[in-house]
Amino acid sequence: MIEVQNLTKQFGSMTVVKDLSFEVVPGSVLGFLGPNGAGKSTTMKMITGFLTPSSGSVRIQGHCIASHRQAAQAEMGYLPEGAPCYEDMTVAAFLKFIAEIRGARGALVRQWVDRATDTVSLRAVLHQRIETLSKGYKRRVGLAQALIHDPSILILDEPTDGLDPNQKHQVRQMILDLSDQKIVIISTHILEEVSAVCSRAMIINAGEIVLDDTPEGLCQRAEGHLSVSLRINGVDDEVLSQTCSELPQCRRVAMIDGGGVLVFPAEALGDPLTALQEMMKANNWQPEWIQQHQGQLDEVFRSATGGRLQ
Amino acid sequence: MKNITIILNREFASYFATPVAYVFILVFLVLSSAFTFYLGQFYERGQADLLPFFNFHPWLYLFLVPAVSMRLWSEERASGSIELLLTLPITLWDAILGKFLAAWLFTGLALLGTFPLWVSVNYLGEPDNGAIAASYVGSWFMAGAFLAVGCCLSALTKSQIVAFILTGTVCLLLVLAGFPLVLNFFQGWVPALILDLIAGLSIIAHFMAISKGVLALTDVIYFVAMIGLWLYLTRLVLQAKSAD
Repeated sequence: MIEVQNLTKQFGSMTVVKDLSFEVVPGSVLGFLGPNGAGKSTTMKMITGFLTPSSGSVRIQGHCIASHRQAAQAEMGYLPEGAPCYEDMTVAAFLKFIAEIRGARGALVRQWVDRATDTVSLRAVLHQRIETLSKGYKRRVGLAQALIHDPSILILDEPTDGLDPNQKHQVRQMILDLSDQKIVIISTHILEEVSAVCSRAMIINAGEIVLDDTPEGLCQRAEGHLSVSLRINGVDDEVLSQTCSELPQCRRVAMIDGGGVLVFPAEALGDPLTALQEMMKANNWQPEWIQQHQGQLDEVFRSATGGRLQ
Repeated sequence: MKNITIILNREFASYFATPVAYVFILVFLVLSSAFTFYLGQFYERGQADLLPFFNFHPWLYLFLVPAVSMRLWSEERASGSIELLLTLPITLWDAILGKFLAAWLFTGLALLGTFPLWVSVNYLGEPDNGAIAASYVGSWFMAGAFLAVGCCLSALTKSQIVAFILTGTVCLLLVLAGFPLVLNFFQGWVPALILDLIAGLSIIAHFMAISKGVLALTDVIYFVAMIGLWLYLTRLVLQAKSAD
């Protein structure tokens, strides 16, 4: 379990992380979402013990990172942003170094290296120097070192950044495969990644948690959640818009470029679909098309982060 | 201790993974020989000793040792691998000592490469081999002190050039501390006790004392204390950077 309490980080007069508190239990994949500079990486650096918090505490499987740093760090595998490693080493030598530092001895070193190599498919480049590898392979080397001791907690800072679509899919699948027994925290600003792998998402903006929910729960917060777009055969969109806006279940109506209207539900009254169907029946209108929407994560992201550009 | 050895092995191997080791050893051997034979007038003196060789070591180390130490932490900081290293389950001392000892062993290896001079002087005459052995130990200690300074200063910056210049400057001050150039500057306005302390900081004075063949405890303590102090300062710098 990860317990973060009142975590704050100041750089000079600037507060980068403000009073963050949350817990993560095994079997969770938590996604840190936020614009660049929101404090995602700084939070990860404090959780892993690289940065000392200005105030607050972090406990990793019961070990306080400030007072029992080594015990806490032994529980974690960490992929820092950009997957830095010792590029003058071969992949095999680098993984052997990490395995030894993580406590493997003798035959266990080989066993750990083999397991990590197979998990992220590195066998083809095992004896190549890391500096000669492609960005995708370098990222995989970073993942292999984070996984090598089969940690109970994985902290991955932008694990798919710079990977091609196939590699992204592979890494996401790997995270999903690992997530049953482990705690995984990833930071990303790729919204599709959150829907694809996270069981929980936390939107961080200006160092504060602004939303913390499941990806589905976040989508439900979108203004467009349960909205209905429709067009009626032989009925002018202006007339349709006027009629829809008179329904108590409708908060507002927007015209769609290219034809049709989009009806946003009144929050308290929920789903407007039934009311719209009754309205069409009462007016004897036949829909040309009608579609209900579940809400988009990017909509929630923009509204939660004040629409700042990433 | 095991972690120190693992880091030491990785660091030591990394010198030989790039041309750094070979260039350093070659430059050290060429320059130390050139200084000995041309500037030190090895033959003209007509004495079977290695004083002309060791006399130039402080000056040679002034720019060669910073070239080794500049990468110790600056490179880790610039590449971001420091984040990987310091989130592994090791102590700061494991990382500092592993890196420092690798660099110190490496300079020791370069020093060992000068053994043909020792063989030559034994072939040419009957030198005081005890004094020569002590000089080698003194030279290695001096390189260790310079490396410890460089280790600390490279932890301050991600620029290897800045680390090189800072280390060269501080080491120059430590070398010159016992020279009239520095002492005259302080004379008259600082108490005699402080003046003695500044003179006592001179690396050359302690190195020359050992070169005479006497491995006095005070000189050994001086070098060990100097190394310990700068490595402790390295730890403070790394801790401050972590809190910064």
